[in-house]
Parts: sequence; C-alpha cells; structure tokens
Amino acid sequence: MSENTAEKKLLTVSASPHRRTQDTTRGIMLDVIIAMIPALVLSVVLFGFDSLKLVLVSVAFSVLFEWLCRKVMKRDNTIGDLSAIVTGILLAFNLPSTMPLYMVIIGDAVAIIVVKQFFGGIGQNFVNPALVGRIVLMMSFPTYTNNFAEPFAWKIDKIDAVSGATPLALFAGNYSHDAAVSVMNSSELPGLSQMFFGIRAGCLGETCAAALIVGALYLFIRKVISPTIPLCYIGTVAVIMLIRGGGSLSFTAYQVMAGGLLLGAIFMATDYTTSPMSFKGKVIYAVGCGIITSLIRIFGSLPEGVSFSIILMNILVPHIERLTHSRPFGAVKEKKEKKEKEATA
Amino acid sequence: MAEKKTLGQEFTKGIIKENPVLRLVLGTCPTLATTTSMESAIGMGISAAIVLVCSNIVISALRKVIPQKVRIPCYIVVIAAFVTIVQMLVKAFVPTLDEQLGVYLPLIVVNCIILGRAEAFAGKNSVIASAVDGLGMGVGFTVALIVMSTVRELLGAGSLLGHSVLPESVPPMTIFILAPGGFFVFGLVMACANKIAEAGGHKKATLGGCKACPMAASCEKLQNGEECGKEVEKA
Repeated sequence: MSENTAEKKLLTVSASPHRRTQDTTRGIMLDVIIAMIPALVLSVVLFGFDSLKLVLVSVAFSVLFEWLCRKVMKRDNTIGDLSAIVTGILLAFNLPSTMPLYMVIIGDAVAIIVVKQFFGGIGQNFVNPALVGRIVLMMSFPTYTNNFAEPFAWKIDKIDAVSGATPLALFAGNYSHDAAVSVMNSSELPGLSQMFFGIRAGCLGETCAAALIVGALYLFIRKVISPTIPLCYIGTVAVIMLIRGGGSLSFTAYQVMAGGLLLGAIFMATDYTTSPMSFKGKVIYAVGCGIITSLIRIFGSLPEGVSFSIILMNILVPHIERLTHSRPFGAVKEKKEKKEKEATA
Repeated sequence: MAEKKTLGQEFTKGIIKENPVLRLVLGTCPTLATTTSMESAIGMGISAAIVLVCSNIVISALRKVIPQKVRIPCYIVVIAAFVTIVQMLVKAFVPTLDEQLGVYLPLIVVNCIILGRAEAFAGKNSVIASAVDGLGMGVGFTVALIVMSTVRELLGAGSLLGHSVLPESVPPMTIFILAPGGFFVFGLVMACANKIAEAGGHKKATLGGCKACPMAASCEKLQNGEECGKEVEKA
C-alpha cells in the first residue's frame, strides 16, 4: 500500500527487507473475486436472477458503507482496495437466495461498519466480517436464513419459490449409524454427482463443489493462498466423519461437500488478517476449525457449524501466533526469556 | 475529592459526567441482564436507586462508628438489609417484576455501583451530600438502563414496554435481546455518553483520583505522596 509512495527521486536508506514485489492488496482482492466467479455463475444458473440481485445489492452496500464510514471517521478512502467487494460477495454467498434484500443490507452494515471499520478497517478486524454478518442475520432472522429455494425452482414457478431442505438439514440429529444410513438411502438426499455439481438446496455460493474447487486451484496457482488451511480443515472434517460413519466413504463425501465447508475453508478461513502466518500455526488453526465444525454438526443443535468454527478459531489466532512465532536464527530460548525479563524490568 | 461541589453538582455528576454504568463501567452484569425489556430495566433501575440512596444515607451516618478494617462487611450488611426490604416490597406489590428480574434483584447486594459509592463517597461525606450523590447515581443508572433497554426491546422484540410497535411485516432482530446484542448496544451507548461528556468539556471519568481508590489506605505510593494518575484514568 505504502510502496507506491516511494517514487520520489531521492536516494532512500531504509531497513530491510529491500525486495519489492508487485503484490498489492488490490491485486490480491481482484484474484479472490476472480476465483469466486465460477461459484457466482453457478448460483445464478441454480437459483435464478434472485441470486445475482442479492450479490449486487450486497456488494453495492458493502462499498457504500465502507466509503461512508471512512468519510465520517475522516480517514483516507479504502474502497479502491476492493476488499469491501470481497466481503459483499462472501456475505451474499452465505445467504439463501430467498433472503429479503433489506436484511442483506443489515448484514452488510454489521460486517463493514461494526466488524471492519469500528476496529480500524482492513487488516485490523479480529474476525471475518462476512461471517459475522451472516451469524447476526442467522440469529436475528432464523426463519429467513433457513428458507432455501430448491435448485431450478425459479424456472418452474416464479411466484413462490419451492423451499427445500439442505443435505445437512437432513442429516441434522441423524448422526447415529442407522439414522445416517436411512438418510443416505432416502430419495430427498441428492446424489453424490449432484452434490459435486451443486444441484441441491443451499446458500448461494456453497452448493457447487466443482466451482469452489476451480476457484481454489486458481488461488493456489496465483499463490494468493497457501493450500495448508483448506486442506487441513477439510481433511480434519473428512477424518472425523470417516470415523463417525464407520468407514463409509460416501457418508464422508457427503459431509465434505454439504454445507458451507468448502466455501468456508477456501474463501473465509484463509483471510490473511484472521489466520495465522506460520505453517505450524496454520495447521493448528485449520485442525481446530475442522474439529469444531464436526462437533457442531454431530452433537450441536444447528445443522451446520462452519461459520461458528471459523469465528471461534479467528478469535484464537493471536494466541496461536504467540505460541508458534518463528525464532530468530540462532536465538536460544533461555536468552529470549532473559531479554524479556530485562525489557520488563 | 479535593474540590468542593455544590449539592446540585453532586446530583448531576451521576447522570452523564460520572454515570456509573456508562462512564465508570460499574454494574455491567445487571445492566446487560436486565435491559432485554424496558419493564425489567425500569424496575431494576428504581430498585437499585432506592437501595443506593438508603444505604448511602445510613453508611454516611455511621461513617464515624464503623471501624476502618471491617468497613466492607459493615457496608454489605447495611446494603443487604435494604435489598431485602426492597425485594419484599417488590414481591408484595409487583410480583410480575419479581419474576422478570429473578436472581438479579437479590444480587443488588453485590452491585458494584452501590458498594462503590459507599466506599468512594458515603464513607467520607456528610449525610445530605451522600443522599444526593446516591440519588444522582441512581438516576444515572436508571437512565442508562432505560436508554439501553429501549434500543434493545424496540429492535429485538419490536415492542416498547410490552406493547408491540413495529408492524407485523417487519420481523424483529432477535439478536438484540440476546447477549451479543446487549454488548453491542452497551458499547454504542457508552461511546455516545463519552462523546456527550467530552462535548460538555469533561475529560475521561475518574473515581476522583487516588484518594478515592478502595486501596488508598494500604497504598504505599499514595503514602509517599505519589499518585498513580494514569492507571486510575484508564480504569
């Protein structure tokens, strides 16, 4: 961000690091937006123009709130870094297509004003803004956030969307072996290939596993995110579900593709501000997310726990960082403790 | 502590400048718990205010009799006596309020505001000044509770004093009557109170400097003539 100001023609003497990269916040955010486009296109195919309208309204109001906030707080404007657009899209991705638009605006206000700008704007928020927006809406208007349209319902009936149950809602409370088997044999549950291509009820961005994986691969190749967090997160859930399902692979596959796990693991758990920096820290963080998600799904009263698990681990990130920060080359532990003592004395 | 205040100032300082909840951040637990509806907030505010005024008067009257070393238990006994009276009255005349407030009514005994005023003010000042201070703080507490509960009940349940205000088509945001909404409204109201107080020319609220600190008697720094001003201001 401040790199751009170094264009003065003076010789500058500065502390290391001296290497400069072309990475800017704007560039990274643009990559994230590009990575979300496949999921966006699929959501329009599945849920009709309602979903496009939802995304556009959410983005517009996120940017508007960001701009207004910075204006009122008399700080320099940050809408150019595109982070508000990412938050707007992510929030819309976390809501069903039937959501009334004014509620989406409330969610945007919570995400941008309360979570992001009250704490100092981009890079300062302690939890993921879009997720808090979603949780506030979920706790405030549960009947609206659980009203999912059946895929392609917009083609058949334009007056009243047919509401459908999400795969995880079918599994909710049915995690004992027999119950899970009967859920898997029921005709209500979409087939595995349907799950993969997203032909199921759910939030806008979470349904299509294929589109999310394409987005993830793009982000890995562009080196915007490292694969550590998504892989560990999804892997932890997969292992726990494999054990719970008594080794049933299809049960595990359902659990991985259902709900918001892929969306959360790829786009929200990897937020730079709210995830640890070191490899070890990332593993601890992602495994924690996976364990909490699985526990909420299996034992909790909610069908899905991705948003809560990411928020909970977000809060723990400063502690994870403190436990895993890398030691300067050659430093010995005792010395460091001594130094700290001297510093505090 | 040092500057003398008129009785009027003793009364008004409790409302904004040294509002116990919003500026001194005391008694937050009952504040968050009872502001889910205006009815319970008003009941809580008035009950606490009555206890506060009565206990301030009695503690101030007994301030020369109570030995320094056992003052806290003595204060608690006095406060508990008044809380019991108020609780019996509420049970007899407004039983629905008693049900709403539940455990928070007897818990006024350990409310920080009341003990705090006893320690910081009534134990050192005259009966009349203490009564006025208690009344001001009580009114400040009640006002803070009413403001918070108005916001929370209106947004969280769509009603005011139990009568629904919002039309059926507007679903209330349930989160405002849950704990997270309580913290959120608390923070915002506190920020507004700070803004108003700053606009009125008051700086950050203090408990009246080091001498008003509960630890004053045993504080080495204070006996050496130093003041830990910064720390007190932060708190």
